[in-house]
Amino acid sequence: MTLKLEQVTKKFGDFTAVDQLSLEIPEKQIFGFLGANGAGKTTTFRMILGLMDATQGKVTWNGNSIDYGNSNDIGYLPEERGLYPKLKVREQLIYLGRLRGMHKKDIVPALEEWLERFKVPDYIDKKVEELSKGNQQKIQFISAVIHKPKLLILDEPFSGLDPVNVEMMLKAVEDLKEAGTSIVFSSHQMEVVEDLCEHLCIMQHGKPIVHGKLTEIKRSFGKKNLFIHADFDLDFLTDISGVVSQKKTPEGCKLQIENEEISQKVFAAIQDKGFVRRFELEEPSLNDIFIEKAGEAYE
Amino acid sequence: MKLMNKFWIVLKHTYWTRFKSKSFIITTAIFLVFILGLANIQSIIGLFDNEDEQDIVAVVDQTDEIYDMLSQNFAQTDNNISLELFDGTVEDAEEAVKSGEYVGVLSIQSSKDNLPVASYHTSQLSNTRIQSQLENHLQQIKVALATNQAGIDQSVLESIYAPIEFDTVAIENESGGEAKTEEELNGARGLVYVMLFLLYFAVLTYGNMIAMDIANEKSSRVMEILISSSSPVSQMFAKIIGIALLGLTQIGLFLIVGFIMIQQKQDELVGGFFEFFGLSEISVATFIYAIVFFLLGYLLYATLSAMLGSLVSRMEEVNQLMMPVILLIVVAFMLAMFGISVPESSVMTVTSFIPFFTPMVMFLRVGMLDVPIWEVGLSIAIMIATIAFLAFIGARVYRGGVLMYGRGASLKDFKQAMKLSKKE
Repeated sequence: MTLKLEQVTKKFGDFTAVDQLSLEIPEKQIFGFLGANGAGKTTTFRMILGLMDATQGKVTWNGNSIDYGNSNDIGYLPEERGLYPKLKVREQLIYLGRLRGMHKKDIVPALEEWLERFKVPDYIDKKVEELSKGNQQKIQFISAVIHKPKLLILDEPFSGLDPVNVEMMLKAVEDLKEAGTSIVFSSHQMEVVEDLCEHLCIMQHGKPIVHGKLTEIKRSFGKKNLFIHADFDLDFLTDISGVVSQKKTPEGCKLQIENEEISQKVFAAIQDKGFVRRFELEEPSLNDIFIEKAGEAYE
Repeated sequence: MKLMNKFWIVLKHTYWTRFKSKSFIITTAIFLVFILGLANIQSIIGLFDNEDEQDIVAVVDQTDEIYDMLSQNFAQTDNNISLELFDGTVEDAEEAVKSGEYVGVLSIQSSKDNLPVASYHTSQLSNTRIQSQLENHLQQIKVALATNQAGIDQSVLESIYAPIEFDTVAIENESGGEAKTEEELNGARGLVYVMLFLLYFAVLTYGNMIAMDIANEKSSRVMEILISSSSPVSQMFAKIIGIALLGLTQIGLFLIVGFIMIQQKQDELVGGFFEFFGLSEISVATFIYAIVFFLLGYLLYATLSAMLGSLVSRMEEVNQLMMPVILLIVVAFMLAMFGISVPESSVMTVTSFIPFFTPMVMFLRVGMLDVPIWEVGLSIAIMIATIAFLAFIGARVYRGGVLMYGRGASLKDFKQAMKLSKKE
């Protein structure tokens, strides 16, 4: 049960939306698909789903191309939420579930279970347009997973949700992974991606600029963050070679340094200057990596 | 097998959600009430028209003979007007009218030729019914008196006014087939009328419904989920056929209710509908043609509507885009209306092969003329080819178009949609 993209390219006229993208997503893996707006994420998803054909290269699922023959194994949460506003949740999910090959008698219990899990069991007979945006999203999520897909594609699943609901949905995604679903998802919320996926790629102009295991990406990034909270002025630290940047915080500053060794130089420099409350060396966050890698494009 | 299954799911969904919708139930109900009302129009008018209340007209007769003839005449016909000889002057009678005793005063004098001359005095000038009845009856009396004075016999008069005997005889044509008889023509004409209105109604209503349905799925963005679960082509046709079945349900209901009404009211004026249109004289072949052309016409316009519906991204744009479709059907309708009196004109012959006009114009020709079978076959073949072509293009536009969310819809979007769906 592996999703494979081999040298996939999509061109719209002269514009290349996706350029020679190769990915492999095995079973039971959550793959994070990041990228600035317009980097080609949604186009890639549409190619995976078979909604669009690749200009070059191929997308395979277990060695077969994805088409309407195996669409029952696939779940999709589009970035632009879409449900029938006038239909009740029950009718809606029965229709969408049946289109994914489920039987009516299996849909209602599964739906009730999901609504219970998301703590909204009363919504079953409400029209979608009567629900709040966050609750509509829960329904949308249920429509993507109710048929127990083997491949699940989530385009921005957490946008617009409050932290409690994000937590609830995160748990659901993790459980699906444990049950053996391959999950590809895109998000702009880096903390969520860091929590959820071991593997990821960052897209830039249709090309993956960072691709691999999260821990390896962080290690190979090299740079570290150094947090210092002190009572005295820390501006002079930028003069130390190896300090890439300094960002002031209310209680001190955050330094980005080239490698671990630099931290010792900094430590020596502030040692006698006064009272230091915090001195902490940290791995770079995904947010740092993203801003640096994807941000280069804007410069 | 699986695809077929999803086709049915979409079809059933389309049918039932529409069928259960308030708008469908309300329109159907309004139409049924309208049909019931039309069938019972006489009883309804009767309700408002109080039969017992008679309008009394005062007659001031200075000739002393006309009043008797007039009241005899009135007694023979069924109407709500009664005459009363008024003893007094016209001025006195007018006073009586003002007091509400009479609706008007008829004053009859004698001209110098000894023929009646009359004037009617009333305060209700708008009620022309009484005036015209009085005038008609007086006219008859005048004609009778005048001919009598001229010494013309009553039987001579009758023969003058008798209608001419005029027959139209069909000549056998060379191929041995007979030209259509007058009865057949009348029947065909009736069926053409029915067909024209039904097709017009069906295209406007159900074509729009299809376009709306698709635009709705696009604007609510549920389309992306739909086309990731089942093929756009099967969805498009499931919609077209689902709404066709809905249309047949609705039209069927109207026809059944209408038929029952006509059966019950056979003896009343409405019962004459069938005779007027001569629907009982139609050959089986014409009926079959009617069904074939109706279904093909619906499919053609429905496919076109579905294609256009998939191009828009907001409901408000549907009407704008449906304009060309509506214009096409209006042109077809006008052509057929015009052609009913000149089915043999070359305009009809040419336009009957243009697929968008075929269902109306070719059907009209088939019903009213002896069109060679190959011509009918050819026009049907052209229609089927056009439907297939539109379905092919439509499916591609549908596939690409549903992923496009631009503003407005134009030829550019159409090309863009084709491009998006291109297989490379």
